[in-house]
Amino acid sequence: MNPTRRTVLRASTAAGAAAALSGCVTAGGSDPAEQATGAVTDENPLGVPADTDLEVVMFDGGYGDEYTRHAVTLYEERHPGAAVTHEGLQKVGEVLQPRFVAGEPPDVVDNTGAGRLDIAALADAGQLTDLAELLDAPSLDDPSVPVRDTLLPGVVEDGTLDGTAYFLNYSYVVWGVWYSRSLFDEHGWTYPATWDDMIALCGEIKAAGIAPWTWQGKYPEYMMDPLQSLAAKAGGLELVRAVDNLEPDAWRQDGVLAAADAIHRLVTGGHLLEGSEGLSHTEAQNAWSGGQAAFIPCGSWLEGEQQGVTPEGFDMTLAALPALTAADALPDGAVQGASSESFLVPAQALNPRGGLEYLRCLFSGEVARGFAESARAMPVVKGATEGLDLAPGLASVAAALDTAGEHVFGYKYRTWYPELAKAVDDATGELLTGRADPEQWADRIQQAADQTAADDTIAKHER
Amino acid sequence: MRHGKYRFLIGALAPPLLLYGVFVVSPYAQAFHLALTDWNGLSAEAGFVGLANFAELWGDPLFLAALRNNGLLLLAVPLATIALALFFAACLTGGGARRKGVRGSGLYRVVYFFPQLLSVAILGVLFQFVYTPGDGLLNGLLGAVGLDALQRSWLADPATALPAVAAVMVWSAVGFYVVLFTAAMDSIPADVVEAATLDGAGRFTLFRRITLPLVRDSVQVAYVYLGILALDGFALVQIMTVGPGGPDNATEVMGLTLYRAAFTYGEFGYAAAMGVTLFFITLTLTALALRATRSERVELA
Repeated sequence: MNPTRRTVLRASTAAGAAAALSGCVTAGGSDPAEQATGAVTDENPLGVPADTDLEVVMFDGGYGDEYTRHAVTLYEERHPGAAVTHEGLQKVGEVLQPRFVAGEPPDVVDNTGAGRLDIAALADAGQLTDLAELLDAPSLDDPSVPVRDTLLPGVVEDGTLDGTAYFLNYSYVVWGVWYSRSLFDEHGWTYPATWDDMIALCGEIKAAGIAPWTWQGKYPEYMMDPLQSLAAKAGGLELVRAVDNLEPDAWRQDGVLAAADAIHRLVTGGHLLEGSEGLSHTEAQNAWSGGQAAFIPCGSWLEGEQQGVTPEGFDMTLAALPALTAADALPDGAVQGASSESFLVPAQALNPRGGLEYLRCLFSGEVARGFAESARAMPVVKGATEGLDLAPGLASVAAALDTAGEHVFGYKYRTWYPELAKAVDDATGELLTGRADPEQWADRIQQAADQTAADDTIAKHER
Repeated sequence: MRHGKYRFLIGALAPPLLLYGVFVVSPYAQAFHLALTDWNGLSAEAGFVGLANFAELWGDPLFLAALRNNGLLLLAVPLATIALALFFAACLTGGGARRKGVRGSGLYRVVYFFPQLLSVAILGVLFQFVYTPGDGLLNGLLGAVGLDALQRSWLADPATALPAVAAVMVWSAVGFYVVLFTAAMDSIPADVVEAATLDGAGRFTLFRRITLPLVRDSVQVAYVYLGILALDGFALVQIMTVGPGGPDNATEVMGLTLYRAAFTYGEFGYAAAMGVTLFFITLTLTALALRATRSERVELA
C-alpha cells in the first residue's frame, strides 16, 4: 500500500502519542531516597544505622501477628535508639502498591494473603533487595552459623528468582488429608495405604452414617491439592516438572489422568458430603469438625483455623495421600509441601539495612518457637519445634514431614501462571460435581496450558 | 459590587471543581491512558501498546462470558425490579391520587425500604446462608412445603447460580423503587383519577391508562439506575459465588474480570481497557434508555 497523506499523518501522531504516553505512570518517585548505613561490627553485622526508624508492614492473617511483633521486641532490644512502627494488614497489596510505585515503600513487608503483590513482577521492576547478605550473616542464635544454614531445605530456593534470593518464607506448609483420630479409633478404622483401600474405607464410613469426604467446594483448589499430590506420587518429579514447564500433553500424562480418575471415584461412588460443592472453606471445615464428614483435604494451617470450633478430644491428624498405584514413583509418605508467608525488603526502603536486621531477628530460634506455639504452624527454622509440646495437629504435621524426609514436592504453575491456575480450578470444580469426566477435565486444562505456553505476553519460567 | 460578586462565585465554585477534577476527572483520564499501555501495576514505567488491549478483549473467553452474564442481568434485573416495584407501589397507593391502598400501607412503606439500609457485603453474606446447600434457609423452606425435589446447591449449579444472584439484586433494589414510585403516584392529581373512575375505569385500566403514563419519568430514571446496577454486580458475585465467578464462569461479571486482571494477574493496562469498555457500555445504555423512553410529556395544568 502506498502511504497516503492520511496514513503518514496517522503514523506520526501515533508515534508522538506513544512517546508521550509511555512515560511515568505517576508523578514523583523518580528521586532515589537516601538510604542510611552504619558501621559493620560483630555486634552489628548488617551495618544497621544507629537511631534510624524502621517501618514494618505485616500481613495479619491466619497466623496472627504475635510473631512479627515478637521480632519487633528483639529488634528494639538490639537497637534501642530506633522507633519501630509495626502495622498489621489484611490487604497488603492494595495498601502497598501505590507506595511501591511512588518509591516510598516500608522497610520490611510480609507479602502474604489473597491481596498480596506479585513478587515476580516486583523483582522484575527492581523493587526488591537481594537477601544474600542476610543469608550469609551470622544467625542470632549462634554467630558461627550463617542464617542460610538455620533454614529448612528448600526455603532459600523457594525465595529465589532467576538466581537471586528476593524473599524468605516463614511458614512451612504441608498439604494432605485430615481426619479425627478419635473418630477413627472409635470405629476401628485405619488410615488407608492405597487409594483402593481409601475407596473401600469410604464404603465402610458411609455405612456408619457419616459422609466419607467433604471439601471446600467454593474454592476448588482445595481439592486440586490431593489430586496433584496423587499425580506426583504416581509419576514422580518428572511429571511435576512437565506440568510446571507447560510441556505438550503434560496434563494428559498417565499419572495425571489416573489421579483425576481417583478423585472422580469419590464423586461417582457418592462419597462426598451432599452439597459440598457449594460450601465455603469455613462451612466445609466446620461440617468436618462437627463430625459430618470423615476426611477433608487441606494444608497444615487447618488446626489453627479451626481452633475455635474443634471439639474436645477431636485429635485432628494430617496424613499424606495414600499411594495411587502399586508402582508409584515416589515412596509412601511423600507429601506436597512448600514454604509460605513471604518476607521481603523493598529496594527503595529508607532503612533497608534495618529491614534485613529485622528479618535476622524474625528468623531466630526464639521467634520461631513462639510462632509454632501461637500460630500452631511449622516455622522454617530448623529444630524450632524440638522439645515443644505440640498440639495434636501440628505434631502430625511434624511427623508427616519427618516421614517424608527429602520426598517433599511442590508445583509451581499456580504462582507462575495464575491464569492457568484459574482454568485448573474451574475444571476441577466441574470434575467434582460430575459435570466433567477425567478426560474432559484433562482436555480443558491442557487447552488452557497450551494457550499459556503460546502467549508471548506471559513471562515463562522453567524448573 | 459586580467585581466582588465574581470573586465570590469563583471562590465558591473552585473547591468543588478542584475536588471533582482531582478525584473524578483525573482518575478517568488516567484510566484512558493506562488502557493503552501494558502497565503491570508495580513499576513506575509503562509501555505504550496502542489498542492491543482492546483487541485482546474480544478474544478473551472470560471477558465474553462476563459480558454475556452482565447482559442477562441487564435484561432481567431492571425489568423484574420495576415490575415488582410498580405492583407494590400501586397496591400501596391504590393506583394514585391518595386513593386508599391496602390496609397498613404506611407500615409497608417503611418495611420495603429496609433492604436499602443493608450494605452489599452484608446482603451477600446473608444470602449465602439462604442458599446454603443441604440445610440452608431456601432448601429448608422447600423441604417444609414438600418440594424436596427442588432442593439443590443453588450457587454451585450453573443453571441456578446467576438467577440466584439476580434475585438478590432485585430483592435489595425493589424497596427503594417502591418508595420512589409511591411518591410519584401520590402526586397524581385526584381529579384525573376521579374522572377516570367516573368514566368506569377499573383498577387495571386506571393503572395502565392513568397511573403508568404519569409516573413514566420515574420509571425511566429507575431503568437507568438499575441498568448501571446490573452492569456492576461485582461485590455480590465476589462474596456469594463459587470461585468466585463460578461455577465454571456462570456468574462472572465484568467488574470481577477487571479486578482479577488487575490484582491477581498484574495486568493493570488490560484491566483499564476493560474499565474503559465498561464506561462506554454504561454511557451508551444510559443514552439509549433516555432516548427510547423520551416521548410526549403529559402536561398537567
